[in-house]
Order: sequence, then C-alpha cells, then structure tokens
Amino acid sequence: MTRTFATARRVLQQLGHDPRSIGMIVVLPSVLLLLFKYVYDGNPAIFNRVGPQMLGIFPFVVMFLVTSVTMVRERTSGTLERLLTTPLRRGELIGGYGVAFGAAALGQALVTSAVAIWLLDMEVNTPWAVVLFAVVDAVLGTALGLLMSAFAVTEFQAVQFMPLVVVPQLLLCGLLAPRDSMPDVLHRLSDALPMSYAADAFSELGSTSDFTSTLVTDLVILVGCCALALTGASLTLRRRTP
Amino acid sequence: MLNSPAVQIEGLTVIRGRTTVLPDLTVSVPRGSVTGLLGPSGCGKSTLIRAIAGIQVVKAGTVTVLDGPAGRPDARRRVGYVTQASSVYPDLTVMQNLLYFAALIGSDEAAAREAVDNVGLADKADALVADLSGGQRTRVSLAAALLADPELYLLDEPTVGLDPVLRRDLWQLFKRLADQGRTLLVSSHVMDEAGRCDRVLLMREGRIIADSTPDELRADTGQDDLEQAFLTLAEAAA
Repeated sequence: MTRTFATARRVLQQLGHDPRSIGMIVVLPSVLLLLFKYVYDGNPAIFNRVGPQMLGIFPFVVMFLVTSVTMVRERTSGTLERLLTTPLRRGELIGGYGVAFGAAALGQALVTSAVAIWLLDMEVNTPWAVVLFAVVDAVLGTALGLLMSAFAVTEFQAVQFMPLVVVPQLLLCGLLAPRDSMPDVLHRLSDALPMSYAADAFSELGSTSDFTSTLVTDLVILVGCCALALTGASLTLRRRTP
Repeated sequence: MLNSPAVQIEGLTVIRGRTTVLPDLTVSVPRGSVTGLLGPSGCGKSTLIRAIAGIQVVKAGTVTVLDGPAGRPDARRRVGYVTQASSVYPDLTVMQNLLYFAALIGSDEAAAREAVDNVGLADKADALVADLSGGQRTRVSLAAALLADPELYLLDEPTVGLDPVLRRDLWQLFKRLADQGRTLLVSSHVMDEAGRCDRVLLMREGRIIADSTPDELRADTGQDDLEQAFLTLAEAAA
C-alpha cells in the first residue's frame, strides 16, 4: 500500500512540474463545454441533451491520452525496467497510476461540473453524482490508457490509439444518435463498449433527480470495466523481456 | 554460504531476435569484490547484466544470484541494478527521484541524502533531472541504487562520459563498498578501467575470453597495457 501511494505521489509530482498539462487537464473541458454551448446557442435543447454526456466523455478522453503517453514514456525510458527490479509489485505500480490520475480527475470533474452547472446553466439535479461518474469515467480512461500503452512502442503510436479506442466509442455511445436507432449489429457492439454506459448515465443524470437503478447498473458496469482494464494492464507488465 | 560466489552462471544461452547474444556462457562473480565486465559495445555485457538482474528472457542455463534463482522477489530487495541509460525521472528533482526509490525499498530520507552526497550531487539535490548533464543524470541513477544498500550492485557502464576526477571518485566509492562486503559487477568498454577492478572478465562476441586479475592479465599476455592485453587475447581466441 505504501508503495502504491509513493507511486501516486511520484506521478503527481511529475505532473506538478508540468503546469501547462495541469492547466489543460483542469480548464480544457470547461472551455470545450463553453464552446459547445454557444455553437448551439440557437437551439438550447441540444445542449441540454448532449451537454451532460460530454461531462462524462471529456475526462475519459483526456485521461486516456495523458495516461497512455505517460506510461509509454515509462516503458521506453528504462524507468519501468528499473522499477521491475525493485520490490514494487505490478499491481502497486498500476494502482499508483490509477490513484494519481483519479485524483487529477477529481479536480477536473469538480471544475468542469461547477462551470457546467453554475455558469452554463446545465440542468443537472444531482451534482455529486455527476462528479462521481466523471471520476469513474476518468479512471476508466486511465485504465484503458495503461492497457493500450502495452501495445505502443513509441509515444507517437500511443497518441494514434486515440482514434482507434476513443472515436468508435464516441460514435457508438449514443452521443450523436440514440443507440436504439442504430442497426442491430452496431447496437450490440455499443453494448460491449464501456463509454455507452457512461453516456447513458449522464443522460439519465440530466433527466432525473434520483439515483435510479439504471444509474446503479451503469456504475457497476463502469467500475467493472475499470477493474478489468487495470488487471489487464498489470498483466501486460512483464518482468522478463526478450 | 559466505564462500559461495555472489553470482554463479552455468550454460547461459540468450537469443534476441535471430542473434545468439550469449552462447552457453559459464562464469561466476566472487563476493566482496569489484569485478569488471570489460568488452566492446555489442559484445553482450548488458544482456548478461540483465540476465543477472532477472529481467532477461533466457533460452537455457541457470543464473544463481545470492544463493537463489535470479529475479526472485527477495533478490529484488538485495540486488541494485543501474541501467546504461540513466533510468530516473527527468521531470522530477534529484531528491524527489531518490525519495521515490527510497519509498519503494522501505528506505528513508537520511539514506537518500547520504546517497546524493556519495555521488557528489548534494548541491543539485533540488534541481530538475532534466536540467542536469548526462554524467550528472548517470550519478542520480547510481544514487538511486546506493540508497537501497544492496548486497550486489549491477552497474552497466556507470562511468561513461564522466570527467576523470569523477571517474576516480566513483571507482574509490566502488572500492569502499567492496571493502564493506558488497559485491559489484561493473561493466565498461574502456579497457583502462580494468586496472581498477579486483577481477576482470573480458568479453567478446558473447564469450568470456579472460577471467582473472589485472596483474595476471598483464603477466599472461606479456602486455603492460590492458588494451593491448585484450587485443592479444582477442586474437588468440579468434
């Protein structure tokens, strides 16, 4: 446990020496949301329908990118090799990353939700649930980023995984068109993608004031996907390499 | 137990891609001494060190480190491995790096401070590693191994690119560690560093072509200069 938190502290310290990235993580989603609001200035219904879903998607995308690049850097710089010759367990390393970026995500979610609710008048009834789901989405992004980093040899490749992993989920998650209206194959495919449940939860949060059973189901599925991806990620860390 | 070698390798074969980097290598490293692993770039020094650190996939053979298989959990606590590239975080300060590595092995801040002193970087403790020179980064990487106070040090080219004064200081540090009973395996491609070691392993194309002391090496080859001695041995082996 000590080593998990030491790793989380180290990752946050690295982030601390990079104020520009902190700025991007904290402020960028709010700016994009603002842009989105005024693009649909003439049709506020669209912002009210899609806006809440975007609250869940930004943290996922940002954390996926940040994590996959950071982890590829760790793999290529030789620090990962060194860490694996210390008593640090693989799960502790992955857990440390999860905790660090989860904390960063909490900061991001608080700022973005505050801007959305108070500045942009987004109609959300349970702000705490919005923050909760935003953090879970961010951790999911982190988890998938850690997993996908195993398949990237360079940082350049890691960035290219974004269109591969994120864009199809964006298209299929129900943000652009309701999932029910999709062809059967795509609907079933979207059932298998975690972001569908994130988008589903946020549209639910935009329409009800209770923590409904739909939300509970979405939360369980999302947390399950995080656990699966984190486990997969720690299995990709091989102590012995050719 | 105490008389057994720190590292005992038998019939080690490592294949990377299609190249056989180490063909059937047998060698041992005695305890409480500085053993130099000398040879040109690409001769398999790093691969051999990685095998001892337990992070190299091996085809055949056994690698016994501190009386057990290489890379087992308790060996990870007792072996300090410093890679050729300075494997520390450039976007952290020297001290932040060392405190992180200290936390991983259950060491403390005092050990981290002492390690920084030992590599002569006390005045750079709060500098970002990214702002340091290559040689200074190498020393940060070395300090991260020192603070764990391991029984066995595996140092892959730790003195590359350092100025002569620093190189001398580091070799004196290695000697001190050996006098305290630590075992050091230090690789280098600079032949004159062989003279600073208690024992020398000369390596060429994945094979050990000499395993002796610097003095024996000079006597056996009739060469005063260790570089010349290597050439004599390499030609004899070919």
